Amino acid sequence: MKNYDIVIIGGGPAGLAAAVAARDAGTESILVLERDKMLGGILNQCIHNGFGLHTFKEELTGPEYAGRFIEQLEERNITYKLNTMVMDIFPEKVVTAMNREDGLFEIQAKAVILAMGCRERPRGALNIPGYRPAGIYTAGTAQRLVNMEGFMPGKKVVILGSGDIGLIMARRMTLEGAEVQAVAELMPYSGGLKRNIVQCLDDFNIPLKLSTTVVDIEGKERVEGITLAKVDEKSRPIPGTEEHYECDTLLLSCGLLPENEISSQMGVEINGITRGPFVNESLETNIEGVFACGNVLHVHDLVDFVSEEAALAGKNAAAYVNGSREENVSGREIKIVTKDGVRYTVPTVIRPEFMNDTVVIRFRVGGVYRDCYVSAYIGEERKIHRKARILAPGEMEQVVLKKSDIEAAGDVCEITICLES
Amino acid sequence: MEIRELTCIGCPMGCALTVEMDQGVVVNVTGNTCNRGKIYAEKEVTNPTRIVTSSVMVNGSSKEKMVSVKTASDIPKTEIFAVCRALKGVTVEAPVKIGDVILKNAAGTGVDIIATKNA
Repeated sequence: MKNYDIVIIGGGPAGLAAAVAARDAGTESILVLERDKMLGGILNQCIHNGFGLHTFKEELTGPEYAGRFIEQLEERNITYKLNTMVMDIFPEKVVTAMNREDGLFEIQAKAVILAMGCRERPRGALNIPGYRPAGIYTAGTAQRLVNMEGFMPGKKVVILGSGDIGLIMARRMTLEGAEVQAVAELMPYSGGLKRNIVQCLDDFNIPLKLSTTVVDIEGKERVEGITLAKVDEKSRPIPGTEEHYECDTLLLSCGLLPENEISSQMGVEINGITRGPFVNESLETNIEGVFACGNVLHVHDLVDFVSEEAALAGKNAAAYVNGSREENVSGREIKIVTKDGVRYTVPTVIRPEFMNDTVVIRFRVGGVYRDCYVSAYIGEERKIHRKARILAPGEMEQVVLKKSDIEAAGDVCEITICLES
Repeated sequence: MEIRELTCIGCPMGCALTVEMDQGVVVNVTGNTCNRGKIYAEKEVTNPTRIVTSSVMVNGSSKEKMVSVKTASDIPKTEIFAVCRALKGVTVEAPVKIGDVILKNAAGTGVDIIATKNA
């Protein structure tokens, strides 16, 4: 069995940033395992621009952003294996993986960083009635076909779901000559970023139909048409509102699911809301020395924040393996509680002893809120009260807590993140 | 006085901008949280521009079938389709490096198409 100090599962944006940060924090022995034939993960197919404004202060495309991190990895001679599938991780941090060259092999790690990303919710998970013909793709599959393989999935398109990939693909398919007739969204608000609605739909006069879903798919061999209908507040289709569209392709952009099968199998506790692991301020799961970052932890809208989060996981994993981490003498934990519109936070627990000077609490809200305040209470005392013009589920929010504030609060055992009017 | 409401596309923040115009001249921009927003608003109401991204086929690369590309700078919004048409059927030979010019002066815009991926 081979030994490495840190094994990173996944060579996408999270895995790359974690590896670079772990090396810069002094860990020599690092291995990145990637199942695709190249590093960079989903960024390779995200050929549009808008990445890197926070990290590099310039606007890059996905492949360029990935390229910057791959370069940093190569400069540091960090070991990675491509075309390698991780089958299992045991709580003792033994990783079982396989590829064509090495066959099935085991690695003993001192720390593991989970960076497997997420996958799209497929048709099978959506309960759409109708036939099962060819021509139904997730938006991400279509994106890969168009941008990396050189195939057009269809000519007349309807898109269900207004997640960012769906919006981006509405524009991409239009630019490649397809006719995108509509984007339907079940919710009364879009799940994507506002800027993508402007530059991907409005620019091309593609209608966004809110509170609308697909109620029928026609065609036996190939999609021939679909029927959209308005839904009521309980998401039930309203009879009489049906609209028929002749089309050969239906793209689905209906949510992303963190890919945590191997995490749960090894005993990592999963948060039912994010579908990612519960983590503390160090982005460490309930299993000591097992960290998580990026879309496997919770789905992000901005890769810059993935890189930032992953760098923190890498740094903490390095501190864990080189023993520079202090002992949690007191065993003290402060729970982060959410209420009034805040759906979840990452992390969910802060151990003050392990905290840096600040800790970033990322969260999403459960609906659209206008002109309200984002508040953070340390114990009973309100420490943050920030005005927000608009908050929507499609956009991740954050508050930054100071260690000095938490220490000054004395013996509190709860921090509350909430929205106030 | 004409007032236009825009959503800034300068970054994923998507600030809600209000532009006050007087006879086609921008007199005030509010709602932006950085200077990029002001520049975007002024451009968007007078001469809207976009970066266009696409992919072209690459020959002789061991790893890639396609290489992603973009306009080296933003082009007028009205020229988006012309630039896409100019890219139809373009094939490049490996090796390609990020930043290499793939097509000069795309559709007469004066802007080159450059590679955004190594292949």
